[in-house]
Amino acid sequence: IGSHNFKEICFFERNKSCKIYSLSFFFLLPASALTTGIYMIFSTNPEMATQEVQPNETLTNLKAESDTLKTKLEDERAKLHDVELHQVAEKVDGLGQFIMKTRRTLKGHGNKVLCMDWCKDKRRIVSSSQDGKVIVWDAFTTNKEHAVTMPCTWVMACAYAPSGCAVACGGLDNKCSVYPLSLDKNENLAAKKKSVAMHTNYLSACSFTNSDMQILTSSGDGTCALWDVESGQLLQSFHGHTADVLCLDLAPSETGNTFVSGGCDKKANVWDMRSGQCIQSFETHESDINSVRYYPSGDAFASGSDDATCRLYDLRADREVAIYSKESIIFGASSVDFSLSGRLLFGGYNDYTINVWDVLKGTRVSILFGHENRVSTLRLSPDGTAFCTGSWDHTLRIWA
Amino acid sequence: MCDHQCFVYEIVKMSGSSNLVAMKKIVQQLRFEASINRVKVSQAAADLQQFCMQNALQDPLLTGVSSSTNPFRPQKVCSFL
Repeated sequence: IGSHNFKEICFFERNKSCKIYSLSFFFLLPASALTTGIYMIFSTNPEMATQEVQPNETLTNLKAESDTLKTKLEDERAKLHDVELHQVAEKVDGLGQFIMKTRRTLKGHGNKVLCMDWCKDKRRIVSSSQDGKVIVWDAFTTNKEHAVTMPCTWVMACAYAPSGCAVACGGLDNKCSVYPLSLDKNENLAAKKKSVAMHTNYLSACSFTNSDMQILTSSGDGTCALWDVESGQLLQSFHGHTADVLCLDLAPSETGNTFVSGGCDKKANVWDMRSGQCIQSFETHESDINSVRYYPSGDAFASGSDDATCRLYDLRADREVAIYSKESIIFGASSVDFSLSGRLLFGGYNDYTINVWDVLKGTRVSILFGHENRVSTLRLSPDGTAFCTGSWDHTLRIWA
Repeated sequence: MCDHQCFVYEIVKMSGSSNLVAMKKIVQQLRFEASINRVKVSQAAADLQQFCMQNALQDPLLTGVSSSTNPFRPQKVCSFL
């Protein structure tokens, strides 16, 4: 094969929003011709840089080791699988009747609502839709407070800044842009727009971290990335998914710097935000994972998938511990969220309904009707008194 | 300069060595994942349950908050006499 030397050749700026190191490595072909490899960007992690491929580390050997490790992982996980969650929860009181209704309907979008997020003030909501519109609502009064028209259609992601002073959104433009919200209703919001993230495919989800200063994004290009809002600089990128990443959720702040992402490769990955490393990976879903959400304690997360199930994964047991499914539910779950105590899991589905699950017992406690097309997004309000859903029927509903 | 994580911009297969590099990364990742500490499901499940129980009373959707405290539930209408 030949020897590999990884050298830093040059440093250049791809565009003003991210900087990439470029390295080329040289191959000695049988004809002793020197050929440069196309630019491959490597970390300057010393361990990686000084690695040389040993003769016995052939592709076959590595493949065999990979298979052995995968089996070992399964065995380790299986060894600790001494009981099911719902068995542990047998002694817990069952939940009573749930009466949840639509309390507000937010009308104003001209096309499918794709995403929404709550403001920390528990009453404002930002939503984005297929027609390129991003609207900020007062959920108590149903009034529209701001509206922005994006230069692209299919705005698949939107997020409220923790301060309540800005919103971030993006979609088919492959970018995530931040719009500061002005108190002056007449001001043109689009004029102050700041482009923060740049991906090479659509933006599927975005979220501010603990402050207005950093944004985490996921994209159809298979990566997630952490950006500095002020400079637009790429702070960290996360590689590991082998297909589009559709969703992400940040761990509750008490539990540290991690986040979970789900993708079309049926995997849910947990990442360390500082190092960029994938810490844990779960692959039990049978189709795309559309939504991931941390359990309020931070020790577990739920996922909703096109395979019509929602699942609960415990991070300390490192395995799936519950599946929320019914034979009668055959349409995919697009969006999930927990109630404040983590006892209830709300799932928005492509069959226009919302199923409410008892997280511990694994049973469905309620099914909610109202939307006239698929539910695309669902979030609990910050104080847990209600949850909001957005739908392809162009409306948003507040349920309580 | 600073240790950014790997970012593959473009890969062109050349004598299978890029496959090797990719495979090595996969094996390294699997070694890492196999080495983490795990707890038994019974322990993890008990902790999840405990968290639910401890926070049940503070969960408005679970306990069913009355109209007066839930901003979204219909208020009792005042009428002028």
